[in-house]
Amino acid sequence: MALKTPHILSMSDLSREEIEFIFQTTDSFREVGGRAIKKVPALRGKTVINLFFENSTRTRTSFEIAGKRLSADVINISKSSSSVTKGETLLDTAKNLVAMSPDILVVRHPSAGAPHAVAKILQRARVINAGDGAHEHPTQALLDLLTIRDHKKKIEGLHVGIVGDIAHSRVARSNIRGLQTFGAKVTVVGPKSMIPAGISALGVDVSYDLAEVLPKLDVVMMLRIQTERLDAMPFPSVREYSRFYGLNPQLLKKAKPGIVIMHPGPVNRGVEISPEVADGPYSLILDQVKNGVAVRMALLYLLAGELESVKGEA
Amino acid sequence: MAQETEKLLMDAAQLEATLQRLASQIAERQGAEGPYHLVGIHTRGVPIAKRLAALIKNSGPIGVLDINLYRDDLSAVADMPVVKETSLPFSVDGAHVLLVDDVLYTGRTVRAALDALFDLGRPKKIELLALVDRGGREIPLQADFCGKRLSVSDREVVKVRLLETDGKDEVVVAQGAE
Amino acid sequence: MKREAYLIKDVRIFDPALKLDQTGDVLLRDGKIEAMAKGLKPEGDLEILDGKGKVLVPGLVDLHTHLREPGYEHKETVETGTRSAAAGGFTTICCMANTNPVNDNAAITQYILQKAREGASVRVLPIGAISKGLQGKELAEIGELKQAGCVGISDDGMTLMDSQLMRLAMDYARGFDLPVLTHSVDANLAKGGAMHEGEVSCRLGLKGMPAEAEDIIVARDIYLSGLTDCHLHVAHVSTAGSVELIRQAKRRGLKVSGEAAPHHFTLTDAACEDYDTHAKMCPPLRGEEHRQAVIAGLADGTLDCIATDHAPHATVDKETEFDQAAFGILGFETALPLSLRLVEQGAVSLERVIQSLTSSPMAILKRPYTGLQVGAVADVALLDLQHVWTYRASEGFSKSRNSPFEGWEMKGRVLGTWVDGKRVHQG
Repeated sequence: MALKTPHILSMSDLSREEIEFIFQTTDSFREVGGRAIKKVPALRGKTVINLFFENSTRTRTSFEIAGKRLSADVINISKSSSSVTKGETLLDTAKNLVAMSPDILVVRHPSAGAPHAVAKILQRARVINAGDGAHEHPTQALLDLLTIRDHKKKIEGLHVGIVGDIAHSRVARSNIRGLQTFGAKVTVVGPKSMIPAGISALGVDVSYDLAEVLPKLDVVMMLRIQTERLDAMPFPSVREYSRFYGLNPQLLKKAKPGIVIMHPGPVNRGVEISPEVADGPYSLILDQVKNGVAVRMALLYLLAGELESVKGEA
Repeated sequence: MAQETEKLLMDAAQLEATLQRLASQIAERQGAEGPYHLVGIHTRGVPIAKRLAALIKNSGPIGVLDINLYRDDLSAVADMPVVKETSLPFSVDGAHVLLVDDVLYTGRTVRAALDALFDLGRPKKIELLALVDRGGREIPLQADFCGKRLSVSDREVVKVRLLETDGKDEVVVAQGAE
Repeated sequence: MKREAYLIKDVRIFDPALKLDQTGDVLLRDGKIEAMAKGLKPEGDLEILDGKGKVLVPGLVDLHTHLREPGYEHKETVETGTRSAAAGGFTTICCMANTNPVNDNAAITQYILQKAREGASVRVLPIGAISKGLQGKELAEIGELKQAGCVGISDDGMTLMDSQLMRLAMDYARGFDLPVLTHSVDANLAKGGAMHEGEVSCRLGLKGMPAEAEDIIVARDIYLSGLTDCHLHVAHVSTAGSVELIRQAKRRGLKVSGEAAPHHFTLTDAACEDYDTHAKMCPPLRGEEHRQAVIAGLADGTLDCIATDHAPHATVDKETEFDQAAFGILGFETALPLSLRLVEQGAVSLERVIQSLTSSPMAILKRPYTGLQVGAVADVALLDLQHVWTYRASEGFSKSRNSPFEGWEMKGRVLGTWVDGKRVHQG
């Protein structure tokens, strides 16, 4: 089996079978991550470029480690080091990098659709979307789905709540698509000012009351309140947000036994999630990070094959 | 698809007898060197290793090795091979490993398996068992234990079928490429 | 200089404003429609064209275009833009004020008109700015703009958010008998928006501009039109709400008119689906219910005219991230066939379509409409309504290539355009 899509741009590019296949491959890479020598030669001679137009420590590091554990040559290009600051357009930057024959471009960009634009101009290299604006962050969703599966054995039939700024969240959009692919029920929760217009397009339930929804949930994903990305604060104060939409020990008492709590990071401790909850027994936050490397290894590995069209030319 | 013509090399009884013979050779040598750690190479090396372990009454855990991440042709393939489980439920450090595979041909699979093993630790000694050695080596490498030696052309394919993986025990030579 | 004279034989002479639909010969000479009758046999040196199966209409008029000169000559110039207009059958076009410097004073207006005299294919009527620099802070010298040749005022590209300044502008423009043309998007409500707010923007993770951002401004400006008695012309109406507001305003007898852009009655926000920046314009492509409302508004005359909002942009402005890309698309060479699709679909009559491209915009500008009659100025277009062709922006006359209609099969083609009796395009 191989992935049908040449690029990983959106969770809607992946079928359930393909995601299962990625997870099966991930299992093998989790074994590699458990070794004393955490490195295999599979991608020897392949070049992976992490093209990050937006700051990110976690995702960039995760991709870098994943690439290096596969023996790929990993090059990091960040906003400050790229010529974008010198007025070069995204596509010119991408074209120039492509001229140096990389195999995989991992693209993070503040504009929705930027990785799609890059993918359109590529002949040979593959693109992995590492987060584009408020659109998608498919590798985050894959590691979230895997983490849920690890702890709940299956995803189908689960009721998952995604809490926070849905309008600006690429993590929410990717997870909604992935969870729906597996037949989970999704409820998005947040102040109405943070629920995007047109939410009906995503086929989810909507609630403005976390306390009311929490007892029904098997999984709750808390999103980071990204004050840096909001044009105008869509809530009166952080204090008030935290009071109505923060997850704290008192509220958690209402939850189902066995609920698991997730957060894509970085956590605003005491805002969307209290420290006791983030570090508590139901929290899977560190499992998410750990699975991130293995999932990204699996994706890099599966995308490293030569495109058929290119092989034909050779 | 053209019908492939297959020639039977071993039937179930002959295969069983071959395994018996190999088991006694292992048992003989194992006595001197201490117990082997059997490691089967995916896919058919694994059930062969298990059967041999039962025959020599080696109750130690069987290692499973997938060599796909160590293949030397990955840079050119279109679809990356499916990576299967690798599991060595014992420490490789200082171990006396017996690598088990069904068919020994170019030797590249064994080369990859050796690399994989060394990434997992530093074994004291590694020996190799192949149910069939069909010749055609591209690497200076040979089996310490061999069930049957053949000389077949490059256009022929030796297929080992096992109850566990294929529903029946037999070894055949098929004409033409796969 | 050789005098140009043309005899178009056996052509369908079609001018709905003059209730004219007959077959005959038309003689264009000395800048005038010299004669119209069956079996004309004129003397002299002239080119004879076979008009059989073709339609002769008055030259098309476009109230809403961007010629980009001065300041953005890499996108378009008066010369290239008007050449493209001629290819689209247009003989008179209005150019918006958002040049650099902004057309907010007589000198810029004169500059544009000078450029037009030097190398324009069609008539150019500049629109002056409402506010200095389109900043929405103080009024431009509206009287001098009119004197220099501006036929209306508009801050197009921006919405004048200060209601008090807008009231002053409309009061002032009323005194000079100038229409105010508005771009209606509430700048705060639509801040940061890259497309229509709805299911598609939600899926794509792009910031949306709600339809209400247009409705609110249209409603405000209609009230101000009532208050000031100034003619309000709502440019590029894109929402069902605005269409209804204009319909009601007209019923109440207010001096309000509206225009529809071909892209708004042809495409929906689904065209943005693949982050295609050629589907990015402002007001944005809306949902299907809005598209239908615009078509209905055009059919019943609520929207008086069709205007292209021809907005050329360089590749660098469009080949970029969707939210960073410039707003706007080319319009001249696709306007007529896209409008004819509405006729083909039975949504709007051919009479309405031609009126909305000829006599209606002239009425909004309060300019005399002569149309197809003997003695009238020979601004005409010869069309083949049946001709099927494939649109390629690269084969067009604009300097730019930004069209979402690339590769579309079009029905209806301009075979010739005459301005002042001179042939400015031959298709």
